[in-house]
Amino acid sequence: MESNYSIVGKEAQGLSSLQKMGIFVFVVGLIGLIQIVTNSFIEKTSVSKIDSYAWYISGSFLLQIIGVFMFTYSDNHLSIRSFYGKQLNGIQKISLAIGMAGFGVFVAAWLGFITSMHTLYLWLTLGGMSIGILGYTYGSYAHHPAGIKNNHVWHNSLTGRGILGWIAGIVLTLFYIEIYWFPEYLEGLIRLFDPVSYFITGSAASQWFVYGTVYTFLIIFLGIKFIYKYRHNRYQLIRTLSVIFFQAVFAYAIPHILESFNDYQGYFQKDLKNVWPLNYSFVESYQMNAMANNGVSGTFFFIWGIVLFLVVTPFLTYLVGKRWYCSWVCGCGGLAETAGDGFRQLSSKKMVAWKIERWVIHLVMVFVLIMSVAALWPYFSGKDYEIGFATITQSGYFYFVFGLSLLSSIGLFLLFRKFKHSMLMVGAIILFVISLFLGAAYIFDLKDVFVINSKSIKKVYGFLVGAAFAGVVGVGFYPILGNRVWCRFGCPMAGYMGIFQRFKSRFRITTNGAQCISCGNCSTYCEQGIDVRAYAQKGENIVRASCVGCGVCSAVCPRGVLKLENGPEEGRFEPNPLVIDKDGVKLNL
Amino acid sequence: MIVIIGNGISGITAARYIRKRSDEEIMIISSESKYFFSRTALMYVYMGHMKFEHTQPYEPYFWDKNRIQLKEAHINNVDTENKQLTTDNGEKIDYDKLIIATGSKPNKFGWKGQDSIGVQGLYSKRDLEIMERNTNGIKNAVVVGGGLIGIEMAEMLLSRGIHVDFLVRESHFWNGVLPKQDSELIMRHLTKHHGLTMHYSTELEEIHPDQNGRVESITTKSGNKIDCQFVGLTAGVSPNVDFLKDAGIEINRGVLVDEYLETSVKDVYAIGDCAEFRQPIEGRKSVEQVWYTGKFMGETVAHTLTGEKRKYQPGHWFNSAKFFEIEYQTYGLVKNQLDTNHSEFVFEDSKNEVLLHFVFEKETEKFIGINNFGIRLRHPLFNEWLNAKATIDEVITNLASANFDPEFYKKYEPQVIEAFNRKFNKNLTLSKGKWWQKLIPA
Repeated sequence: MESNYSIVGKEAQGLSSLQKMGIFVFVVGLIGLIQIVTNSFIEKTSVSKIDSYAWYISGSFLLQIIGVFMFTYSDNHLSIRSFYGKQLNGIQKISLAIGMAGFGVFVAAWLGFITSMHTLYLWLTLGGMSIGILGYTYGSYAHHPAGIKNNHVWHNSLTGRGILGWIAGIVLTLFYIEIYWFPEYLEGLIRLFDPVSYFITGSAASQWFVYGTVYTFLIIFLGIKFIYKYRHNRYQLIRTLSVIFFQAVFAYAIPHILESFNDYQGYFQKDLKNVWPLNYSFVESYQMNAMANNGVSGTFFFIWGIVLFLVVTPFLTYLVGKRWYCSWVCGCGGLAETAGDGFRQLSSKKMVAWKIERWVIHLVMVFVLIMSVAALWPYFSGKDYEIGFATITQSGYFYFVFGLSLLSSIGLFLLFRKFKHSMLMVGAIILFVISLFLGAAYIFDLKDVFVINSKSIKKVYGFLVGAAFAGVVGVGFYPILGNRVWCRFGCPMAGYMGIFQRFKSRFRITTNGAQCISCGNCSTYCEQGIDVRAYAQKGENIVRASCVGCGVCSAVCPRGVLKLENGPEEGRFEPNPLVIDKDGVKLNL
Repeated sequence: MIVIIGNGISGITAARYIRKRSDEEIMIISSESKYFFSRTALMYVYMGHMKFEHTQPYEPYFWDKNRIQLKEAHINNVDTENKQLTTDNGEKIDYDKLIIATGSKPNKFGWKGQDSIGVQGLYSKRDLEIMERNTNGIKNAVVVGGGLIGIEMAEMLLSRGIHVDFLVRESHFWNGVLPKQDSELIMRHLTKHHGLTMHYSTELEEIHPDQNGRVESITTKSGNKIDCQFVGLTAGVSPNVDFLKDAGIEINRGVLVDEYLETSVKDVYAIGDCAEFRQPIEGRKSVEQVWYTGKFMGETVAHTLTGEKRKYQPGHWFNSAKFFEIEYQTYGLVKNQLDTNHSEFVFEDSKNEVLLHFVFEKETEKFIGINNFGIRLRHPLFNEWLNAKATIDEVITNLASANFDPEFYKKYEPQVIEAFNRKFNKNLTLSKGKWWQKLIPA
């Protein structure tokens, strides 16, 4: 029987042999990426100089996409005939045409067809896309009363992982590959943005300027769309305004203004709110030099970076959960919540996805920690580091980092004693081992803390995690694996805050007694792949490391069952369902 | 072996709690679907909010892990003497204890033409599949019945751009349950939806099929003719127990059960929509067809079958629904007609579609119940207030702690208490929102 959703015979959800093949193909693609870095070590060159470099990169990502396609294939039986297309009203159609025309100009420039009159074409592309987005938003939501607007999300080929979704995923992936490794193919597009770059910074555009501008543009305009879509919900409204503000002002305006004042640039000036370990370049030597050489502002950024990581992050996460960053401040989160909103339902809720997530995100966290400790060690061993009024010696660095990792190790061990969660013990041991390595390096005056050359660790991290994972897969796979691929599986900042959120925080999502009807809207629309319903239907609170506090589960719940809130730690894990007692149904407290 | 017929919420809850409490062999039989799915979510599949697999609360490994056997079959015969079931393909299944949890089927009231193509109710997965086919490419639909499934069906049809004529027998929407002022809030909200035409005090007379047997129009009792290609019949549901006709189990509307959910035959139990209490609990119906009551019955019978005999005592009434954009919850009992010894207080902000309808005892001022629309309230706290026989003053004073709306939402409590003071000439002051658990004595 032809139908627009899968029913008959599609109920099995275990891993099929096709899915296992998919995992295999994906891993082969991953090995391809690792091969690139390995070859660059053997040939002792930078990554971009190795033989067949373009083939390696494109082939690897192609294999990864094919692997994901095979893995998700069994979920994929939407008919292409969609109600959505038939239902577009006049305003939507016109806006779509204008927006596509604007995007067409963008693509034309990308392919190198636009070589003159850049100002005019830039206006056309940005103007067309913004008018298109705003008009489409108006056409979609204005004539309906405010409320949840998820009709036809799964019927739509773009948001339902149909053909359009796969095309979008491949194009986005390609765009990212070119930005990171083949900017020469983006030459036409970069020149298109020259006028605005000259206007703001006084110099020609780079691929990163184009990227930052498009990124900010999307967060602003698709943020407006998001706000209008959720106009009945003040939590969504305020947090989206916050995300737009931090992107437009902190990540875009301030850095570019500072740029015109300063000759020598470090990354530190680029984004005031980007915290280590997400901002791993904080520990790069060019960055450390830049801060030391930039007087008061450099010193300020140095101290700010440490305070942000060591004091502000734990404290705010304790008070309100990691949402203060992930869905109120962060740029990656900002893009996910606005441009990525239409893809949130694509994240997998399977138990196996959760298991993969826990391994991968914590491995990345350990990786960034080792990389940072290793990278800074040789930096401090050569000379004393002078910043502001202070001088940091190798001993100073040693005592600080050694003390910190030992204290964190003890902290995790104490949490383990309380919660009996084996991952905490693993974390404690890893931190303890890291302090041992550091101690040995100090006592025996070793060149590399972890035996392996520190530069190579940095290189692998930058290539595999910084570019391939956070960039290409993180955003390129939005239309395939959901809008929080990076935040869920990769981000070390999310992992760090997640430990606080799970074990030491006032934040939880409260379940409202026994009101849940197990409909599954909450789980479906959780971008982090949390099976919210599994908790809600048992009357349990949702206390999960990965929750970014977007509040959409609470918004889409038709029965008023979920509430994000901060409260006393006591009783945070206690369920409050109604249960059958010998005197009948009772509130379990 | 404990055999459960029906894999809806009641049967599944029973199975889960039996497994939690014992090692008994468990088998669940269903002809509707292999895996448990949430019936309440079928509308979202049609509207494209979810795919069907999203309605399944447990992954397939769950059943294996918990050693719950699932069988796809229809039971044709129940032989209670030999404790044996016969499936539609003749297979015999023996049981030690039997739980009947077969749910409901949509009501049909013998309307002329009710068996035409394009006329249907909405209850099962099969109904949804048929509806998908019946509504493909059509322009006009009629929905009959002024209750919750009717309004869900209207919302579904509107999502596909199908015009809906909604026939409601009563003069007010869902007024068998809602007080007049509450249902008027919903009625005003319904006028905001394009493509929806409401017909109150209107009954269906006849459904007219074309020469192919497919519906082409209907006429109402007052003689109006409405063209349509689909008719949704949503005038309630009744227990799905026809297959038990010859089983020797006592049946009235549903399977008759005592307070322990046991039927007239030993070792046979009935729970959920299909069960009918010989002695209904005071203030409640003999057949309870609500998600939550099905869950409680499943949990209760699981205790009984695992050595701890329990009466069905569902505690304080509560429920919830959503009427297009307006969310509704209720705690305690708010009847459509106020009892003479009760008093009521209604707060309404009609611009924002918020309504709170409190009922309490006149003499003692004991809080009886609340209907809340457009604002979410805490279930555990209201349950506790009902247990503790709290007064209306206590509830109103602490309303801020009971608020369950998302953060930053507009707060109505100051207006509520002001209106309450004015109406009853009192001088209550709103207590600042406390963490709700602090209001519950340990």
